[in-house]
Amino acid sequence: MKITIRFFASLKEALKTDQIDEDIPNQVITIGDLRIYLSKKDSVWAESLAPHKNIRAAQNLEMVTMEEPIQERAEIAFFPPVTGG
Amino acid sequence: MKIAIQVEDFDVSTELDLLRKGFPGIGGINLFVGTVRDSHFGDQVAAMELEHYPGMTEKCLQDILAQAEKRWDVINATIIHRVGKLLPMDQIVLVAVASSHRGDAYAACEFMMDYLKTSAPFWKKEHTPEGSRWVDARTSDEERLKKWGK
Repeated sequence: MKITIRFFASLKEALKTDQIDEDIPNQVITIGDLRIYLSKKDSVWAESLAPHKNIRAAQNLEMVTMEEPIQERAEIAFFPPVTGG
Repeated sequence: MKIAIQVEDFDVSTELDLLRKGFPGIGGINLFVGTVRDSHFGDQVAAMELEHYPGMTEKCLQDILAQAEKRWDVINATIIHRVGKLLPMDQIVLVAVASSHRGDAYAACEFMMDYLKTSAPFWKKEHTPEGSRWVDARTSDEERLKKWGK
C-alpha cells in the first residue's frame, strides 16, 4: 500500500526529513504498526519513534489514535504534542 | 466567521470592527490575545518560531469553531494565529467571540482557546541564550479540557 508520511517540529529535526513516500507491506495495518515499521529503519528512527516517546498522529488531516487502520494512499503525519496558542 | 493563519501581525481594533460589522444583535464580545513572553522556566527568550501543519490547522480551527457554535450562542467569531518568527511582546493568537450575552461569549472564547492549545497542530520553538529548544506540551492544558466534558 502506498502512503505519504509527514513529520513536524522536533520529530522532523531528529529524523532530518519532513516527508517520505513508502510502499508499506500488508502486515502494517494500523498507525501504531507503521510507527513500529518505521522505527526499524535505523537507531535514530528507533529512538525518535520509541514507544515511550509522546507522539501524536494524524491521517488525512484528522487526529487519530495508534489503533486507527491506515487508508489506501493516506497522508499520515507524526508529531509531538501541540504547543500553539 | 474568520479563520486565518498568517505571518503578519494583526490589529485588534480592526478585527473587532470586522467582527461587529453587520450584526446589530451582538450584545457582548469576549476577546483573548496570546503574546510572546520574554522568559520561560527562568530562561530569557530572545525569539520564538511557530511551525504548523498547513491544511490540518485550518481544518482543526474550523472544527473548534463549529463545536463552539453548537454549544453556545455565537453570532460571529474570529481566530487568527500567527506562524514564523516572533519576538517577545509580539501577538501570537487572537480568539474573539461575539454573542447576544456575555456568558456565551466568555464560555465559547475560553473553550476555543483551550481546544486550540491541545488540538491545533502548532509547535513553538524558543531561542534562548543557551540555544534553541522545542516547547513541551503542558499537562495543565490537557487538564483544562475536562471542564468541557471531554
